[in-house]
Amino acid sequence: MSVLIYAENAAGKFKKSTFEALSYAKAIADQNSTNLIAISIGDVANDELAVLGKYGAEKVLNVANDKLKNFVNQAYASVIAEAAKANGADIVVISNSFSGRGLAPRLGVKLDAGVADGAVALPEQNGGKFTVKKTAFSGKAFAIVELTSQNKIIALAPNAYKVVESGTTAPVEDFNIETKASDFTAMIKDIVRATDKVSLPDAEIVVSAGRGLKGPENWDMIEELADLLGAATACSKPVSDSGWRPHSEHVGQTGIAVSPNLYIAIGISGAIQHLAGVSSSKVIVVINKDAEAPFFKVADYGIVGDAFEVLPKLIAAVKEYKASA
Amino acid sequence: MMKILVCISNVPDTTTKITFTDNNTQFNTNGVQFILNPWDEIALARAIELTDGGNGTVTVINVGEANTDATIRKALAIGATDAVRINAKPHDAWFVAYQIAQYVKANPFDLILTGKESIDYNGSKVAGMLGELLDLPSVSIIKKLDAADTEATVEREIEGGKEVLTIPFPFVAGCAEGVAEPKIPNMRGIMSARTKPLTVVEAVEVQNNSEIVSFETPAPRGQVNLVAADDPAKLVELLHTHARVI
Repeated sequence: MSVLIYAENAAGKFKKSTFEALSYAKAIADQNSTNLIAISIGDVANDELAVLGKYGAEKVLNVANDKLKNFVNQAYASVIAEAAKANGADIVVISNSFSGRGLAPRLGVKLDAGVADGAVALPEQNGGKFTVKKTAFSGKAFAIVELTSQNKIIALAPNAYKVVESGTTAPVEDFNIETKASDFTAMIKDIVRATDKVSLPDAEIVVSAGRGLKGPENWDMIEELADLLGAATACSKPVSDSGWRPHSEHVGQTGIAVSPNLYIAIGISGAIQHLAGVSSSKVIVVINKDAEAPFFKVADYGIVGDAFEVLPKLIAAVKEYKASA
Repeated sequence: MMKILVCISNVPDTTTKITFTDNNTQFNTNGVQFILNPWDEIALARAIELTDGGNGTVTVINVGEANTDATIRKALAIGATDAVRINAKPHDAWFVAYQIAQYVKANPFDLILTGKESIDYNGSKVAGMLGELLDLPSVSIIKKLDAADTEATVEREIEGGKEVLTIPFPFVAGCAEGVAEPKIPNMRGIMSARTKPLTVVEAVEVQNNSEIVSFETPAPRGQVNLVAADDPAKLVELLHTHARVI
């Protein structure tokens, strides 16, 4: 047996979530006294590929096929499944990213494997039982899931496992398989990726605002604070429903769940649906003029005050902190 | 004439406080209101728009026991043409996808939509598993779907942006916000839902590959540490020295 990790890249670069998944997969390989093999698909330079060794990959399989330059769900799933079979991997680890969430179920079917998606901790292996803790009820709870199949797929939630450096560089081998035309019927027409912004699911700090901001014209302050902190911006459901901010920023039970190190909520009262999406944040800061806002009950730090008065002072304080740091 | 299948789940209302029984092994359904999964509502709304004006049919399918009929009737009231319930407890995503795939093999559709995930187990797996089982393309999380004669254009969410794809019918897609606005059933819809066909199909046997062993709830947080409104510098200091997150 061995462990296979799919090292996802964005425009040729590996992201922090990929290194998290690698570190996690390395720990699983160690648990089972076996080796970790990484597979990269697409256009990634050799020195970038070798970096995967730093986080525990003993070998990197590089699939550099022009047709596989961009993510094609079906084709990528076929390649990863073939790599798992060719290398005797019975555990496949991927990131629970937007693409990963398309891959995991297809891999599960291809490899007759149980799938644990949104994993937040290392598996426990006791007496032949293999269990994984994963998010459930949109952040309101966790489920401990036993994977009863021989092969297993685990999709690791972002910000759930610390990046650990454990090696040096890894040898890179080309891995080529025959692709079938029927895997390529979906055609990519355009990819739009904001390169100057921190992506919300991966962000270590999130600055989020609600109706308390009164209108989209007041988001300059939120953007400024986020930029200073290297944070992603987010919002509550009423804000995205009103079209003040895009749906992709909506955090909560029916938006996306985030788990940053720091979540700053400004002018958000804290409805149960919103709290579900942020409950696994490590530290929560709430700024709200209503001292009775339910959000304060789940906050670590709070300021009771009007956002329009607190925010300029907070921005100034962060600038001062950055200047002195 | 477009034939669309929308896969729906019966889930606890979004306001539900989640608790467990039997030594944290069972979800406590006592007093819980069940609803049509919010993302499935979006998928259903788009399916109805795409077939508007007699331009096709929308079938909803659910894997569940008889207690999900109210949610299925709600989908019919919103505007689905007919409904299928595969009579079984939905063990996990694999079980659900397998059952639906068997039905679709016997009753093909041009387009199969699901919600991006269910708000209870958050797997987002059924769309991809269906795609694999039926050898069809799948897109896991879409935020826009436009249909032409033989293919659709969809926008898929990616970290920090979007991807635009064209996909020939038939295919499977998981719908998120942006695809459509949920529809509220009107009185005519509610009346007609009672008489629209709801076919109950027996489940087929399939080997499970996952089991939920137990549940945990997030650890409660301590008392909030309040900082004076005129002193945000104190907050910055605490975040740096105390919480160590900046």
